[in-house]
Amino acid sequence: MTQDNKQNKTEWPLWEVFIRSKAGLDHKHAGSLHAADVEMAIENARDVYTRRQEGVSIWVVESKNIHASDPAQSESMYEPANDKIYRHPTFYNLPDEVKYM
Amino acid sequence: MTVYSFQQHFDDKIDSDITIEPKDWMPDDYRKTLIRQISQHAHSEIVGMLPEGNWISRAPSLRRKAVLMAKVQDEAGHGLYLYSAAETLGISRDEMYAQLHSGKAKYSSIFNYPTLTWADMGAIGWLVDGAAIMNQVPLCRTSYGPYARAMVRVCKEESFHQRQGFEIMLTLAKGSEVQHKMAQDAFNRWWWPSLMMFGPPDAESPNTESSVRWRIKRFTNDELRQKFVDVTVEQAKVLGLQIPDKDIKWNEERGHYDFGVINWDEFKNVVKGNGPCNKQRLEARKSAWEKGQWVRDAATAHAEKRKARKAANANTKAA
Ligand SMILES: [Fe+2]
Ligand SMILES: [Fe+2]
Repeated sequence: MTQDNKQNKTEWPLWEVFIRSKAGLDHKHAGSLHAADVEMAIENARDVYTRRQEGVSIWVVESKNIHASDPAQSESMYEPANDKIYRHPTFYNLPDEVKYM
Repeated sequence: MTVYSFQQHFDDKIDSDITIEPKDWMPDDYRKTLIRQISQHAHSEIVGMLPEGNWISRAPSLRRKAVLMAKVQDEAGHGLYLYSAAETLGISRDEMYAQLHSGKAKYSSIFNYPTLTWADMGAIGWLVDGAAIMNQVPLCRTSYGPYARAMVRVCKEESFHQRQGFEIMLTLAKGSEVQHKMAQDAFNRWWWPSLMMFGPPDAESPNTESSVRWRIKRFTNDELRQKFVDVTVEQAKVLGLQIPDKDIKWNEERGHYDFGVINWDEFKNVVKGNGPCNKQRLEARKSAWEKGQWVRDAATAHAEKRKARKAANANTKAA
C-alpha cells in the first residue's frame, strides 16, 4: 500500500492485488501494480503475481479506495484486548479427566 | 508525540526487530536511503533484462529459449515488485523512471558488459544471479516491511535462475573442445565484474554503519564477496573450468580462498558511465519508454471511454 504519492497525472492508477492461493483459503495481499482499468489490473496481476501457480482467484482494489487504521493510534486501538486473556480457552483450568473440550 | 519520541519509538522498533511499515513515522534519512537503494535495485532488475534479451531469439533449443524467456520475465517481475515497494515511501513510478533515464539513478554496473556468445547466458545465470542471490538473501529480513516482502518473493524465484545458468555452463564445459573454450571464455569475462557486484571494499564504502543498523545491509561488501569466492571456486571445479585469477589459493589460516586484486579503476569507470554498453543500455530503456507512450495514452483513453459508457448505460437504466 502506498502513501499519498505526488501522483503524476499521466500515470496509470495504482491497484492493490489480493490472491487466493487455493480453493478454500482467504485472499491475501500480494502486492500492487499500475493499470489503466480493472480488466488490465487483473491481467497484469495474473502475469506479475501468479507465474508459478500462486493463485486460483484474484481481487484488485484501487489503492485510493483502501482505508487503513492509523499506526499512531495503535495503543488505544489494540491495547484493550491485552488484559482479556479470559477470551482464550487456555485461561480455564479443567481436571485431566475431562477430555476433548 | 514530539519528534524526539517519534525517533525513540522508531529506534525501539529497529532494536527489537519490529518491521517498519509505510504509514509509520520514520526519519528522513531512512526514507531517502531506502528510496535510493530500492529504486536502484529495481532499475538493475529492469536493465538486467537487456543483456539476456539479446539471446532469446538465438537460444540453441526450444527448451533453452523457454527457460530464458521465463527468467527474463521473472526479472521484469522483480523490477515491478521493487518499484511498488519504493512507491510506498512516497516517490512515484514516473519519477523513478525519469531518474533512470536522465542518468541520475544508478543500476548495477554488471549490466554494462556485452553478451558476446551463448555461453554468456550460462555465466550470467551462474555468476551474476549467484552474486545477486548472495546480496539479496539477507535483505529478506530487512527492517522495511514492503522491501522485505518483495525480497522474499524475489529470492524464491532467483534460485532457478542460477541453476539454469549452471546447467548451460555444465553442458558447454563437458561438451566439445570448442564448447568448453566458449564456457571458459565467458567465465573469464564475467568473473571479475561479478566480484565487483558486491560494491567497493569496506574501507571505502560509505553509509555502511546506519545501513547495518537499519538492517538495510546485514553483511559488509567484503564479507559477501569472500563468501561468493569460496562457493564459486568449488563450483568451478565441478565444471572443470579455471578461475581466471592466478592468485586464487586456499588459505588454511583464514579458512577462505585468497584472491587477487580487483581492478577498482575499471569499476569506477563503468559506474561513471564509460563501460562498454552503458550508452546502449540507457538508450534501449529510453526508447522503450518513449515508443510506449502511445500505448499508455491509448490504454488511458480506452479506460475513460469504457467508464463513460458504463455511466451512460447506468443512467438510461435508471431513467
Ligand atoms: Fe532478479
Ligand atoms: Fe535473476
